Amino acid sequence: MTDQVLAQTVDEDVLAGRGVWATVRRRVLFWLPLGVLVVLVLMAVFPQLFTSTDPRACDISASARPSSPGHPFGEDLQGCDIYANVVHGARASLSVGLVCTLIALVIAVLVGTIAGYVGGWADSVLARLTDVFLGFPFLLGAIVVLNSLGKRSVLSVSLVLAVFSWPTLARMVRTTVRATRDAEYVQAAKAMGFPIRRILTHYVLPNAIGPVLAVATLTVGGVIVAESTLTFLGLGLRAPSISWGLQLATAQSRFQQAPHTLIYPGIFLAATVLSLITLGDVLRDAVNPKGRS
Amino acid sequence: MSDQVLSFEDLTVDFEVGGTTHRAVDKVSFGVQPGEVLAVVGESGSGKSVTALAALGLLPSNASVGGRISFGGDDVLSMSRSELTTLRGRRIAMIFQDPVGALDPVFTIGAQLVEMIRTHQPALSRGEARERALELLRMVEIPETRFKYYPHQLSGGQCQRVMIAIAVACDPELLIADEPTTALDVTVQQEVLDVLLAMRSKISGSIMIITHDMGVVADVADRVVVMRKGAVVETAEVHELFDHPTQPYTQALLDAVPRGGLRAEAPADSASDTAPALSIEDLVVEYRGRRGRTVRAVDHVDLVLNPGEITGLVGESGSGKSTIGKSVLGLAPITSGEVRVAGQALTKASSADVRQTRARIGVVFQNPAGSLNPRATIGQSIGEPLAVHRGVRGTELRGRVEELLDSVELPRAWAGRYPHELSGGQRQRVSIARAISLDPDLLIADEPTSALDVSVQATVLELLRSIQDRLHFACLFISHDLAVVDQVCDRVAVMSQGRLIEQGDRESVLRDPQDAYTVRLLAAAPVPDPREQARRRGIRLAG
Repeated sequence: MTDQVLAQTVDEDVLAGRGVWATVRRRVLFWLPLGVLVVLVLMAVFPQLFTSTDPRACDISASARPSSPGHPFGEDLQGCDIYANVVHGARASLSVGLVCTLIALVIAVLVGTIAGYVGGWADSVLARLTDVFLGFPFLLGAIVVLNSLGKRSVLSVSLVLAVFSWPTLARMVRTTVRATRDAEYVQAAKAMGFPIRRILTHYVLPNAIGPVLAVATLTVGGVIVAESTLTFLGLGLRAPSISWGLQLATAQSRFQQAPHTLIYPGIFLAATVLSLITLGDVLRDAVNPKGRS
Repeated sequence: MSDQVLSFEDLTVDFEVGGTTHRAVDKVSFGVQPGEVLAVVGESGSGKSVTALAALGLLPSNASVGGRISFGGDDVLSMSRSELTTLRGRRIAMIFQDPVGALDPVFTIGAQLVEMIRTHQPALSRGEARERALELLRMVEIPETRFKYYPHQLSGGQCQRVMIAIAVACDPELLIADEPTTALDVTVQQEVLDVLLAMRSKISGSIMIITHDMGVVADVADRVVVMRKGAVVETAEVHELFDHPTQPYTQALLDAVPRGGLRAEAPADSASDTAPALSIEDLVVEYRGRRGRTVRAVDHVDLVLNPGEITGLVGESGSGKSTIGKSVLGLAPITSGEVRVAGQALTKASSADVRQTRARIGVVFQNPAGSLNPRATIGQSIGEPLAVHRGVRGTELRGRVEELLDSVELPRAWAGRYPHELSGGQRQRVSIARAISLDPDLLIADEPTSALDVSVQATVLELLRSIQDRLHFACLFISHDLAVVDQVCDRVAVMSQGRLIEQGDRESVLRDPQDAYTVRLLAAAPVPDPREQARRRGIRLAG
């Protein structure tokens, strides 16, 4: 019924220029988060553009002072300028969030697609493997791995976080791939004798990846916070490094006395995650032909 | 007017979809008289189901209703929620299309019947309700021993009969049946329709049956309402309608019903020294079922298709007809036996050879919505086999795609559209274009028109036939519809329970069937002629 209604409303004029870009270009919800993300990336790459204050130049006598001239966001417990810290922290937080999600996504898509598409024993083996990682306590694992690594950089922390966040994504990939595997258009592609690689890249993955990408954008936020948990335990990026997670971790114990130390980094984290989610949503709709026009 | 059980006066229903309103029902007026069977016919989107749902107040929340619906003198549209609840089930009962989905899978059918009876007649004790439930099961010809069965233990036809029993449990004044037999096989459809008609005398109520099938209309209806695009086209007594349709649309609808015999006799095949396009030798297909049991879907089948010949493979659901198609396409495991496509054996060939062979087989699936990649434009879908198997690229590919669109009578400019922007019939044309893109020796069409409306079906079949005339491929046409097979095929093979029980020329199989099952199948398929249906029913009930 609704199918027909929709089919009727599509006329010739809609056909002109409605690629992904043409659809996306007209939407405020595309430009707004993109703008926010561009600013954040600039912040990560060239922090000097945004502040000339040294985030490490601290005045202990100004501990936890609320916003004042020269220190728009106030100062934290050590008396360091929060604004400068937030700006300089963008690099570590964004790179940990994005790098970790990317690694997790790649592993998840590989494992999930094999498990979902091939099925049978491959599915059983990979599903058990996923269970093992899910069942392993995250903190214990992180402590063991990070302690034995010794040196901690953005990459090693991302890697450790990715190792523990891919299984959830992989399960989702597996489920959606299984659902599309049995779809008639996939059967049709098999019947026409297309090679497996083509079936996977043209038929299965484009139709299965949507929900996974949505969850992946959420993961970015989760990872940035998880990094702060590690840092709080002294396992993440070490104290001389600056990250939003680190600031949140130190601020949370004194939240009632000095709320601004938590709120400002929190706003930046929320803005990042929200922008990523919105952008992901808009792009997902645009890539799906049914969401266009 | 007032003696009508249910009457619609100027009923309009508007749906709001994504900001725009769409009129599904437009000023519809008709009534159901006491004791009659009224059939509402129309193609999909004609508003027939929406009209029925409006009578029960079951429309979704984005619908707005205008006009008047009165049931036994009460205005349904102004009823409160609790008044509607007593109306539903008690005075108007409804049977839906999918019987297995309409029954609750976790309760026995007996418990569901008893619950229905006790909800509407709380005065009855548990024992009395049980008695009544057993009586109802007897009425729909289900053995009392099935009282404790769960829905999944019954067949589709039995489930639908249980649904009828539940529906008539409270002696409703009106029974609305929305496509009650569409999901069922023809032989089962006949049993269900028999039970449904028997109910009319037992509940002394009226029946409103909604269907798209002119054969069913001819079989059961007293009066017919023909709907199109939300409006009533014609209302007439059934003989009147079939003999002298006054509206061109009704005439077109009747003409579109496949009647068979339209295809000319196949030219006597000149020397069959060429290898058959498809030969299936002693094919067995077994699936591993639950708990290690093997299910034999295809049981020692031999079938040969000569080049340029359309062979219809007929059978009811579960007969293994689709499995044969799938095993040729490599989508079903071949347990034993051999499938040869143009002489090339599939089981012994290397995987490269199999790929080569598959490129020479075109496929058209049943569900045109599902068999096209939703992420690809129809141009991409049509051109894909050419690009993958022949390496055609660029302008040449675009030219070929346009030619193919021409050949299935779709505008060239549509290459940029996506499948969801096309109607069912148009999508099926795209599937056909894709199937013939490699100029195949063999086309496998698995129920290509059963998801389509009759008038669309007629045009798609016409197209398929004209393309086959031009390209002379062999075609395995899998269908449950004997009339369709009669219309397009040269040879017919009948399957039942995995076995091929009869095959031969169309004329000999369909006009002079030898096997008892074929005879039964032919007799069960309703024809759009009320007198013929009445005659058959008389014979059946007497015998």
